[in-house]
Amino acid sequence: MYRYDEFDAAFVRDRVAQFSAQVERRLSGALTEDEFKPLRLQNGVYLQLHAYMLRIAIPYGTLSARQLRQLALIGERFDRGYGHFTTRQNLQFNWIQLKDVPEILSLLADVEMHAIQTSGNCIRNVTADQFAGVAADEIEDPRPVAELIRQWSTAHPEFSFLPRKFKIAVTGAEEDRAAVAVHDIGLRIVRHPETGETGYAVLVGGGLGRTPMVGKWVRDFLPKPHLLAYLEALMRVYNAEGRRDNKYKARVKILVHEIGIEAFRARVEAEFAQLDPQRIQADASEVERIARYFAPPAHADLPDNPPALRRARAANPDFDRWVEQNGFPHKVPGYQAVTLSLKGIGEAPGDISSAGMRLVADLADRYSFGEIRVTHAQNLVLPHIRQEDLHDLWQALAAGGLATANAGLITDIIACPGLDYCALATARSIPIAQALATRFAAPERQREIGPLAIKISGCINACGHHHVGHIGILGLEKRGEESYQITLGGDAGNASAIGEILGPGLVAGDVPDAIERLVAVYLAHRKPGEVFVESVRRLGIQPFKTAFNAEIRHDAA
Amino acid sequence: MSSAKLPPLPAILIANDLLTGDTVFYSGQGWTRHPGEAQIAEDEAASLGLEAAGQEAMRLNRVVDAYLVDVVLSAGGIPVPRHFRERFRLLGPTIRPDLGKQAEFPGLAAQAGQTR
Ligand code: HEM
Ligand code: SF4
Repeated sequence: MYRYDEFDAAFVRDRVAQFSAQVERRLSGALTEDEFKPLRLQNGVYLQLHAYMLRIAIPYGTLSARQLRQLALIGERFDRGYGHFTTRQNLQFNWIQLKDVPEILSLLADVEMHAIQTSGNCIRNVTADQFAGVAADEIEDPRPVAELIRQWSTAHPEFSFLPRKFKIAVTGAEEDRAAVAVHDIGLRIVRHPETGETGYAVLVGGGLGRTPMVGKWVRDFLPKPHLLAYLEALMRVYNAEGRRDNKYKARVKILVHEIGIEAFRARVEAEFAQLDPQRIQADASEVERIARYFAPPAHADLPDNPPALRRARAANPDFDRWVEQNGFPHKVPGYQAVTLSLKGIGEAPGDISSAGMRLVADLADRYSFGEIRVTHAQNLVLPHIRQEDLHDLWQALAAGGLATANAGLITDIIACPGLDYCALATARSIPIAQALATRFAAPERQREIGPLAIKISGCINACGHHHVGHIGILGLEKRGEESYQITLGGDAGNASAIGEILGPGLVAGDVPDAIERLVAVYLAHRKPGEVFVESVRRLGIQPFKTAFNAEIRHDAA
Repeated sequence: MSSAKLPPLPAILIANDLLTGDTVFYSGQGWTRHPGEAQIAEDEAASLGLEAAGQEAMRLNRVVDAYLVDVVLSAGGIPVPRHFRERFRLLGPTIRPDLGKQAEFPGLAAQAGQTR
C-alpha cells in the first residue's frame, strides 16, 4: 500500500491545523456561514437533514486494516457506531458534530487519511477497479497511476477552481469494474496493438446527474510518460471553455457534447503540443517509488483448488454458494479475492457497524495481508485469501453477518442515502432497496435470476448510479408524494449504456411488483446462458415496457 | 418584507444547530430539540416574527439554514410538517427508528401520528 512520505504527512497535518482554525473562527462568529461553507466543503463536511456529514477519502478504494480500525473508532466515538460506503469508494459518517471535526481529521491523519477533495469544484478522489493488482484479467495494476494522478491533482493551483467537480476513474483490466465510461475522464490501461507497450486509452465526457452521458474516446493510445501533460492539456481546455454561467451545464460532458468530440480532441491536442511532457511528468524515480508501494504482497506457492477447499465445498452448500457467488479469480494460483457483501437482506446498502469494521480489519490481518478494498457497488473486498483459508474466513464472516452470498445478484443493490439523510433528496432510496431485497431474498430465486444490477438514487443527481443500473430507480416527488421512475437497460461495464424510462412513476409500494414483472419477461424469454441485461439488449425495451405498464394503477401515480 | 415567500399557516421555524448540526425548532424563547416545544405561528404577523427570529439567529451564528415549514397539529399536540421531507427531519431516518429524535424522545412518533 501507499505510505505517506514526509511531504504528504506534513501537507495533511497542515490542512488539519488550517481547518481547525477555520472551525474555531466559524464557532466564534468570525466567519459567516457563507464564508465558511466552501471551506468546510473542501474538507468533506456537508450539512444533511439531521446533522453534519463527513466524507472521508479512500483513494482508489484501498484501505489497510489499521485504517479501517480507526474508522471504526471514529464511528463509535463521534458518530452512531456505523458508517456508509459510497459509490465513490468513500466513507460517509452521518451524525457528525462540527465541533468534533478537527479532532476526527487529526485521528484520520494518524492513519494517513483525510477528507480533502471529497467535495468542491476540484479533481476529486480518483477511483479504480476494486480488484486492482489481483484480477486475473488485468493488464496492469491501475493504482500506481491513480496515486500519481492524486498527487498531481491534490491542491493543484490551476485546477482548484474548476467550473464544476471533476471525477477520474482508472482500470487496468479487460472488464471495466470501475464504471470508467461515466466519469469526466476514464482511463483504461491498454497494450499497444503493435509494440505491446502499455499505455492509456482515454475517455472523456462521461457522467451521470441530470444529463447522463457515456464518455467518448479522445485518445486510443497515450504513451505513459505523456499522461500528466495530456491530462493537463485536457483540464486546461475544460477550465478555459467549460461553462461557468450555469452549474447544470458546467461539467466537461456538456462542453464535449456542445462542441463535439472532434473539436474537443483538436483543442486538447493543440494545447498538448504546446506542453513539454517531460517537464510535467513526474520523475521516473518518483513514478518508480510510487509503483513499489503497490508491489504484490509475498504470496506463497500454493496449488489451485486444494483438497481442503473441495471437501469443505462438498460438505457445506451454503459455503459452496458463497465461494461461487462472492469469490473472484486471483492472478496468483491458490489465492482468491472475495467480496464481503454489505447488502444483507433488509439492511441499508453500504452501511457497516463499527463492530463489523473491526471484524473485517482483524480478518484482513489474519488472511489478507492486512488489505481491504472498497467497491463502487458499496461492498468490501478481501483481496488476497488463500483458498485453503476460505472456509475459516467464511465462518468468521458469517458469525458477524457479513457472509451474504449475493455479490452481483438482484439483492446486491446500490442505493444512495436518499431522503433518510440527504438534504438534496426528493425521495427515499434505502427503503426501496430494503423492500426489493426482501422480496427477492430466497437464495434459489436469486441464483435462478442471475446477475442483475439494481441501482437507486434519491434525486436526479444520480449518486446511486441509477442511469447505469440494468434496472434503475430514481426517486422523485410527484403531487406531494414520493414517486419512483424506473429505467431499463443501463450498464456500467464494457457495454456502458444509459437506461431508458419504462413508464409513469410509481408509488413506493408498487415498485417490487413492477420489478417482478420485468424479471418475469426476462425469465420467459432468455436464451440459455443469457444474463438479464443481454436479454434486454437482444429483445429491446418494448416487451419489458408492455409488461411494466400492464398493471400500473395510473390513478395511484 | 413581502409575505409572498411565507408558507401557508400554521408554520414553525426549523434550522440546524451550528455546533452540532442537530435539527432544532424555535420555541419563542430560544431553540429546542423537541418539536413539541416549537412555537406555532397561526397568522402572518407571527409568521413574520418567526422569520425575523431565524434571520437573527443566523446572524448571531446560533443556527444555520433556518426556514419556515407549514404544519398540521397532530392529535398528540405535535406540529407535524405537511411535507414528507420535513416530517422525516422531525423524527429521524425512517430506516433507523433507533436513531434521531424518534429514539431520543420516546412516544414522539406516536404523538406525531407517524407510525414506523
Ligand atoms: C450530502 C450528500 C451528497 C450531496 C450533497 C451530493 C451532491 C451531488 C450532486 C449535486 C451531484 C450532481 C453533479 C452534477 O450533475 O454535476 C452528485 C453526483 C454524484 N454523486 Fe453525490 N452527493 C451526495 C452524496 C453522495 C453519495 C452518498 C454518493 C455515493 C453513494 C455520491 C456519489 C455521486 C456520484 C457517483 C455522482 C454522479 C456522477 C457524476 O458526478 O456525474 N454522492 N452528487
Ligand atoms: S442522488 Fe440525490 S438523494 Fe442521493 S445522495 Fe445524491 S444528492 Fe442525495
